[in-house]
Amino acid sequence: MDYQTLEFTYRRSPDQGRAEPAHHAIVVVGAGPVGLSLAIDLAQRGQKVLLLDNDHKLSTGSRAICFAKRTLEIWDRLGVGQRMVDKGVSWNTGRVFFRDAEVYRFDLLPEPGHERPAFINLQQYYAEGFLVERAAALPNLEVRWDNRVKAIEQDAHEVRLTVETPDGDYRLRADHVAACDGSRSTVRALLGLESKGRVFQDRFLIADVRIEGELFPGDATERWFWFDPPFHRGQSVLLHRQPDQVWRIDFQLGWQADPEAEKQPGRIVPRVREMLRQGFGREVPFALEWASVYTFACLRMARFRHGRVFFAGDSAHGVSPFGARGANSGVQDAENLAWKLDAVQRGLAADALLDSYGPEREQATDENLLNSTRSTDFITPKSEVSRLFRDAVLGLAREHGFARRLVNSGRLSVPAVLDGSPLSTPDSLVGEPFAATALRPGAPAVDAPLVHADGRPGWLLRELGPGFTLLVFGAAPGWAGAMPLAVVAIDGRTLSDRDGLATKRYDARPGTAFLLRPDTHVAARWRVPTETAVHDALRRAIATETE
Amino acid sequence: MISEPNIERPDDFYEALLDAHQGLTPEQSHDLNARLVLLLANQVGRFDVLRDVLRAGRASVDAG
Repeated sequence: MDYQTLEFTYRRSPDQGRAEPAHHAIVVVGAGPVGLSLAIDLAQRGQKVLLLDNDHKLSTGSRAICFAKRTLEIWDRLGVGQRMVDKGVSWNTGRVFFRDAEVYRFDLLPEPGHERPAFINLQQYYAEGFLVERAAALPNLEVRWDNRVKAIEQDAHEVRLTVETPDGDYRLRADHVAACDGSRSTVRALLGLESKGRVFQDRFLIADVRIEGELFPGDATERWFWFDPPFHRGQSVLLHRQPDQVWRIDFQLGWQADPEAEKQPGRIVPRVREMLRQGFGREVPFALEWASVYTFACLRMARFRHGRVFFAGDSAHGVSPFGARGANSGVQDAENLAWKLDAVQRGLAADALLDSYGPEREQATDENLLNSTRSTDFITPKSEVSRLFRDAVLGLAREHGFARRLVNSGRLSVPAVLDGSPLSTPDSLVGEPFAATALRPGAPAVDAPLVHADGRPGWLLRELGPGFTLLVFGAAPGWAGAMPLAVVAIDGRTLSDRDGLATKRYDARPGTAFLLRPDTHVAARWRVPTETAVHDALRRAIATETE
Repeated sequence: MISEPNIERPDDFYEALLDAHQGLTPEQSHDLNARLVLLLANQVGRFDVLRDVLRAGRASVDAG
């Protein structure tokens, strides 16, 4: 299937003919990776979800192409992780060049004992396409294409939306609305809200080119990053790979570049040809697939929750592309919001649980913004002294290993630890303290290889329930069975820790237990779990005071 | 951060520092200084010490 040209059909909904606006529990606006992930997660939890999109196509161009391990793990839970991994490509060898010479090469040796790689490269239209197909398999999730939100208002009881379609406008009522409608969010603008921050005065050209045949011997995949190369003086260039023999080349253009002129194939093709000729020392035949000139800003909304409206993904925050923190952080927003909305809609938790979405993801956003801004300052120095130190680092890096750690061409997205979350229970003083390297409250659960009683291999993350999970290292306590949670006991009998990695990563002793939230972040941990302690931590994790 | 004398053979060090800049243009000297800062920072290693050193340097410049 050609996901690039795929079009979806607008269908008139019965809601459009009603005299009174139809009521929906949850309306998600925007069918990008974030809105789709959120809608699927909610639907899998049993919620009835309406997903509105202002268009009838998938992402135009490859756009976000790097999906990190945490995103893949979330997509595993949503039933699409394997498809993404099967289609995606990965790389282990990276090279950094400064001016006309290679400074160093590095191997990204993956840490053993994880089901998923650190990341994959995959065109956004594939990611969206696989998610749309998954959404279509969920009867309680309805996607309406060519449905554009035109007006929105809310009071203490509901949100009222006016939606524009090819058949004219209609109105809807919703308990909750999630705005996943991107950096130029319509919902944000309609509510008179802003996303603010630092705009970088720089332009970048993305050129996706198809290269038939091998670029690297043995059709290997490498990622090359040039600082100030002879074929593009004073700027940076990045080469990395996507599926279908497509390579992404990012050229930093500088602020003075004319975006319209740079977008012309007549300008791009010679630029790419010269880069390939000088970079690889030979003529490399290629075909231009897609190109875009972009600028970026590091910004965020002051708050991600506004009454009954929640902002997730690019509508809530924008980062530079270095480090792949845009779509990846957005999918984490979605996962944080999904279980909370579900619990509140079901009446299992108070509205206060939804309040925690804002601070948890705002904190994660600040971490992403910090990393992304640092990478940007290294890649595109904004002052003479910034360039002086950048070039000094690169000048030293060839001979001096320490300087390689300072080279910053993007720090790959890792999930935020939600330190200080009101949903977390601080460690009890009973028993041996946990090692500093162990998973702490707020951290996302990490994977490890396990073995089932019948010898079947398994993975820790795959064992976790859709709701709360009590992960026990040892026999499951008798009282846990009556609690509203799944119990996973690594007891050496039903489940064994194949290589001892789970024990190590969780710093477990016999009897150690972790309470994991539905989004698999650690809510609490104990050396000696008791029924009362787990009960209290569970209440706290849904923002409900213990009676 | 150490403010008391800690450099062995201070006069020899000072001469060696100036010698390292011998024959360089001002621009090359800036480059050398930047590289020296990075190389010396790696000798120190500890972030809290480096931060104190950066503050002390800046305060000294601000004081004129």
